[in-house]
Amino acid sequence: MQSTAARQGPGNGLKLVLAWGFVGIPLAWGVIQTLVNALKLFQ
Amino acid sequence: MAITSVLDKEKIMAPPGYSRWLIPPAALCVHLCIGQAYAFSVFNLPMTRLIGITKSAPGDWELTDLGWIFSLGIFFLGVSAALLGRWVEESGPRRAMVTAALCFGGGFVISAIGVYFHNIWVIYVGYGILGGFGLGIGYISPVSTLIKWFPDRPGMATGMAIMGFGGGAFIASPLSVRLMSLFSTPTHVGVAETFLALGAIYFCFMTVGAAIVRVPAPGWAPAGYVAPARPRRLITTKNVYVYDALKTPQFWLIWWVLCLNVTAGIGVLGQASAMSQEMFPGRVTAIAASGFVGLMSLFNMGGRFFWASMSDLLGRKNTYVIFFVLGAALYAAVPYAGEIGSVALFVLAYGVIFSMYGGGFATVPAYLKDMFGTRYVGAIHGLLLTAWSMAGIFGPVLVNYIRAYNVAHGVAKAQAYNVTMYVMAVLLVIGFICNFFIAAVHERHHMEARKAEASA
Repeated sequence: MQSTAARQGPGNGLKLVLAWGFVGIPLAWGVIQTLVNALKLFQ
Repeated sequence: MAITSVLDKEKIMAPPGYSRWLIPPAALCVHLCIGQAYAFSVFNLPMTRLIGITKSAPGDWELTDLGWIFSLGIFFLGVSAALLGRWVEESGPRRAMVTAALCFGGGFVISAIGVYFHNIWVIYVGYGILGGFGLGIGYISPVSTLIKWFPDRPGMATGMAIMGFGGGAFIASPLSVRLMSLFSTPTHVGVAETFLALGAIYFCFMTVGAAIVRVPAPGWAPAGYVAPARPRRLITTKNVYVYDALKTPQFWLIWWVLCLNVTAGIGVLGQASAMSQEMFPGRVTAIAASGFVGLMSLFNMGGRFFWASMSDLLGRKNTYVIFFVLGAALYAAVPYAGEIGSVALFVLAYGVIFSMYGGGFATVPAYLKDMFGTRYVGAIHGLLLTAWSMAGIFGPVLVNYIRAYNVAHGVAKAQAYNVTMYVMAVLLVIGFICNFFIAAVHERHHMEARKAEASA
């Protein structure tokens, strides 16, 4: 297989922040909500 | 035709310099949405009082009627993944993701109509069948693309996506509750409007994933990655055609490995709240039990990423050895935790068990890639998901019936789960044996060998 390693293109940094933020923020919100509920186990 | 051509596999070839780290969020856009299925139960109680509003009235739906919505969804997840896996593989991830978005979002819209006209059959068709197809197509749509972008870390890549399926419920559950509270009035429960809103939100979110996703150019490889010149003992460099995989013992052994690992976890998952309260009466309240269920879901999600990533280092077979040996030991330890009254040991044992339950789901695409190559891994994964459907029936039935039998025969509720735990441990021992017999696929099944045979 020919190996043509990709170079990091310009603007990838911003795209990565936006894409990961788009999925990461709702997921983090959901995890925090669940953790808050889970803490009741130890109260 | 011209409009839909933007969905073609050929049109989504990544340009030079495209970052492969954009593909996991694309996959997560889909998996975080379809993971909503695990949170469907938040609608159950509100849907039993659509007529009575504050409490169930004559003509309102029963919980047993509503339970079928989720069951149908999961059943059609397995059916669609098995039937349409090859289509997904050949059409490319963008077309598959858009189709999944249409089916899943459309399923909610049809279900809203069913709620509006108070016709449960419309919801069975909407969320159960159409939504179930969205679940199945969406679940397998990014798998082979991720494996092609991450040949050096296929376990971690698919683990990230499948972690999203575990995490989707964390978003869906509080979001659905908030939407229902927003749309409810003293004379109206607000379920139909919530379904419409969720359908629109999930369609848009999944479509963003479809817009981001790209397939690597032929011959592309990550910087610094050198493909192994020779196949390793349990990692092939050849490919097996999707339906030829069914003729190999390896497919069926992995089928049982997944089925048994999921059976052991899924049955207990459904009973986790009741079990924690009954094993520790007076010490674990209903509120604490709901916290326990939430904590287990976090372990389930985290385990998907952790164990799938670890499998890149340990090897797939060794990872499943850990699941089965450690899992069996921990299941056998649960009755002891009840006996000595240790909630901490109980929570710790289940935390690890559920991390390995999630890890089993997330590691299996890379196991299939190791055995059958990358060409049809998504389609073969689709066929394997029938093991999940079977486990979804086996697991809860085993747990519920064994507990009911024990209680009927005078066993105290605190000890009623002990036999179940030992049965689960035995299931994992059988899984260990199946995993033990997995060896490399015979070369006569390889597409390359078949082509050479046909041209000879």
